[in-house]
Amino acid sequence: MTATYEPISTQTLGTAVETVTFSSIASTYTDLVVIINSFASVASDMSMYFNADTGANYSRTTLWGNGSTAGSLRSSSANFIYITNYGSVRTDQGSSVHVVNIMNYANTTTYKTVLARANASVSGVDLTAGLWRSTSAITSITFDLDSTRTFQTGSTFTLYGIKAE
Amino acid sequence: MAVTYKLIETVTVGVGGAANIEFTSIPQTYTDLHLVTSIRESRTDAASANGVSWNLRFNSLTTNQSQRSLYYAGAIPSALSGLDAGFFMWSTTGLDTSNVFASGQVYIPNYAGSSYKSFSSEQIGENNGSSGGRLHAGLWSSTAAITSIQMFPSTGTFVEYSSASLYGIKNS
Repeated sequence: MTATYEPISTQTLGTAVETVTFSSIASTYTDLVVIINSFASVASDMSMYFNADTGANYSRTTLWGNGSTAGSLRSSSANFIYITNYGSVRTDQGSSVHVVNIMNYANTTTYKTVLARANASVSGVDLTAGLWRSTSAITSITFDLDSTRTFQTGSTFTLYGIKAE
Repeated sequence: MAVTYKLIETVTVGVGGAANIEFTSIPQTYTDLHLVTSIRESRTDAASANGVSWNLRFNSLTTNQSQRSLYYAGAIPSALSGLDAGFFMWSTTGLDTSNVFASGQVYIPNYAGSSYKSFSSEQIGENNGSSGGRLHAGLWSSTAAITSIQMFPSTGTFVEYSSASLYGIKNS
């Protein structure tokens, strides 16, 4: 049986860290999925960037709901993609989940698009379309919190590869 | 090669409808669960555009539930929150066009662990320009492993051909 949905790497944090990076990502898949079940030292938005590029090459559009109000926002020429607004990383273990889809990540001719769902029942939900204006293949993905806030011990990050075959 | 994304069970509602859909004795050998649904309810007192929602439960319990959702049933989206009121998904009904079912998915990471269980869900219905959907953040504040999942209609029954498939995902 050909496996079309494969785990590439799982990180279960043994210590608190400010960033989590998947590196040396093989270009043998079509799409990537990241499942994040994390919690933080202080509730925080989460951002992501690729290939250690923190230049002003990112943009996003987010649709959000906070339990009483719905809205949307955009940012351009940013140094990373915020994948949360109200669906932030919370401080209780298990209380937030983030699902990130990265399409056609290995091609070297088009910019890279991200579709992210952010969920925190205590604060809200978000749907974000993100863009990295680079034709480079994605070989690493980094997740970061605001300021010096840390992902806490026990947070889990899993990267899956999907093959279109 | 190990299969990391595996169908655990599919339930398809038969003739006469069903009062609920249930997955029991869920194996504890996966990392995450993915529930994929196609749902229509029998009720004829409200169309899906009124926000008719089927109800999701874990381990047959209705306590320790909290949720926030982004909800759209027209031109302007709105947001909802709830506590111990149930995990509300999206249904089409007998007032929607025949054969229109609401599609949805629920992703539950670390369902067998001892942390609280949060999930991500998207639910949509489309009925020639009406109906709507939800983006949903849910939290079941329980340290118990999820061993069963129940789906209940808002009222009446799930109609014939409603279906739900539960997949298990391994991270290694």
